[in-house]
Amino acid sequence: MNLFCVGLSHHNADVETRENFAGHAETDRVLRNCGCNEALLLSTCNRVEVYAAAENFVPTEQIARCLARTHAVEVDGRAETFYRYEAADCVRHLFRVASGLDSMVVGETEILGQAKKAYEAARITNAAGRYLHRLFQRAFRVAKQVRTHTEITRGAVSVGSVAVDLAQKIFGDLRDCKVLVLGAGETSERTVRALVSRGVADLRVSNRSRERAETLALTVNGRAVAFEQWSEQCGEIDILITSTSSDIPLLTQAKLAPLLRQRIDRPLFIIDIAVPRDVAPDVNALDGVYLYDIDSLQTIAEQSLATRRAQIAAAEEIISRHVAEFDELISRGSNYPPNASEHPTVGESSLRPSEL
Amino acid sequence: MGVLVDRYFLIASTVCFLVAITHTMLEMRGAIFRPMRFNFFAVGLGFIFQTAFLSVRGHELGRCPITNLFEVIVFVAWSVALFYMLIGPAYRLSLMGAFTAPLVVLLQLVALIAPIDRRHSVKLPPNSWLEFHASISLVAYGAFALACIAGVMYLVQERQLKTHHLHSIFYHLPPLSDLFAAITRLLWWGFALYTLGLVSGFFVGEPLPWAQITCAVGVWILYGLILQGRHLRWFAPKRVAALCIIGFSAALTLLWGITFTAQTHTP
Repeated sequence: MNLFCVGLSHHNADVETRENFAGHAETDRVLRNCGCNEALLLSTCNRVEVYAAAENFVPTEQIARCLARTHAVEVDGRAETFYRYEAADCVRHLFRVASGLDSMVVGETEILGQAKKAYEAARITNAAGRYLHRLFQRAFRVAKQVRTHTEITRGAVSVGSVAVDLAQKIFGDLRDCKVLVLGAGETSERTVRALVSRGVADLRVSNRSRERAETLALTVNGRAVAFEQWSEQCGEIDILITSTSSDIPLLTQAKLAPLLRQRIDRPLFIIDIAVPRDVAPDVNALDGVYLYDIDSLQTIAEQSLATRRAQIAAAEEIISRHVAEFDELISRGSNYPPNASEHPTVGESSLRPSEL
Repeated sequence: MGVLVDRYFLIASTVCFLVAITHTMLEMRGAIFRPMRFNFFAVGLGFIFQTAFLSVRGHELGRCPITNLFEVIVFVAWSVALFYMLIGPAYRLSLMGAFTAPLVVLLQLVALIAPIDRRHSVKLPPNSWLEFHASISLVAYGAFALACIAGVMYLVQERQLKTHHLHSIFYHLPPLSDLFAAITRLLWWGFALYTLGLVSGFFVGEPLPWAQITCAVGVWILYGLILQGRHLRWFAPKRVAALCIIGFSAALTLLWGITFTAQTHTP
């Protein structure tokens, strides 16, 4: 039996090409009709891949034809756009994909959930048989091991998620945090949304234009505060996100220090996304105040990415070990389950449903 | 069983805590800092050996083994490990093991190396109130020690957040709010136990040296002030954390004073 993978990803194809070959509802059936004994389609925004096991060689062009969304998509001569991995290379590729090593943002974990969903869909329709079952179960194990034994997923890699991570390191549970958004910019809105996704419920929005403040407040389920009153809020709030277009700092040490006397035991986290900055840098010297501007947030994001990249070698080592083990397992022809219906679901196996 | 056997238990216990420290350092060097479970087991095993030491010593003396500075130091180290075992998992501060182990090793190395294991020439008669007073006061020291360790963790985390230099350990240390909550609880536990120990001292049935009473009341006032300052918001959390470290250092010095004067007043 030949185990192989044919696909397109962000590495070798633009989004339009990936869209054209993203597969369709009948892809599984079509793939089996063209000679694949088992076939699984993994289709995400960054990749379209077919993992298959076949008695005979199935040409890449034939797989590309199966993946074409419509008959209008030109397939002839485009087979070279696709990459193809056979046997151990296919195993290694899947293990790397599931572990987030092949992702656009190294170490991202969303791909593992997507791979599990794809596997579950193929298991239900019996498109995945004993080979793919073993391959994917092992891939999930490898991904889990890579995540546990390396720091490949450590730290946030975008400005918004870095801000949220820092907030959690200061306050722990964010549900009781009061947040004031000063200025209704796009980045601040993204950061607020990230905070809301972690449980923040008390949101206040202030802007020179009352109308814009109300619009953003409505979008994030918060309330608008008059711009003249925003500084008074500093005595109450836990997180301040600023992104106004002011030319001079709106918040200085002299202005903030008296407000902090009322809240000596509660930290204040200030995220200053504005350029030029809204908050004077010496504010960070105040006890219990943690000030981060756009540069410091970006630096942390870059450091996290660098840490993740530094962990690639350790992750590859784990993957190589599993590829060798899996290869041996296949060549020994060890006991496979007699039919696909006996394959455990993702929930029944060693994997937790939450990992989906 | 005898003098040598109990020391072997103490050495074995120190080795366990040293293993926890070494493991932490190796993990930090490899930038993969995940010492929680390993440290918990290493500290747990160390605690078992400490308990074995105290048990052997206690049987030999026929009373609670806190009759000299050597035993007092080991008892404090045991209390620290006990509080870590109880508090660490409950407050999700299992990383505390990485910080607890060095303190315990330091205490036990001082006990093992310094010539302070001086036996009393006369077997001391059992006095249950005195033993209760001394042991509960030393258990309170365990809580104060853990508050000191949580204080160190708080300052490490706070410094990283303030300077924007986030090291590997940053991602494994608990949030500032959790650490501060743990510090407050540990201070209250320590203060309550210490008050109990202090009050029970009035029932020991024999006069205690004034220097000893002054030192004990001094420690009580010190922690009372820290708690009062925290309660009335005189101090910011960072100051409370720093005071926990200063407080425990002072308390240890006073403990040495208390034990020293107690030794000079007993045969």
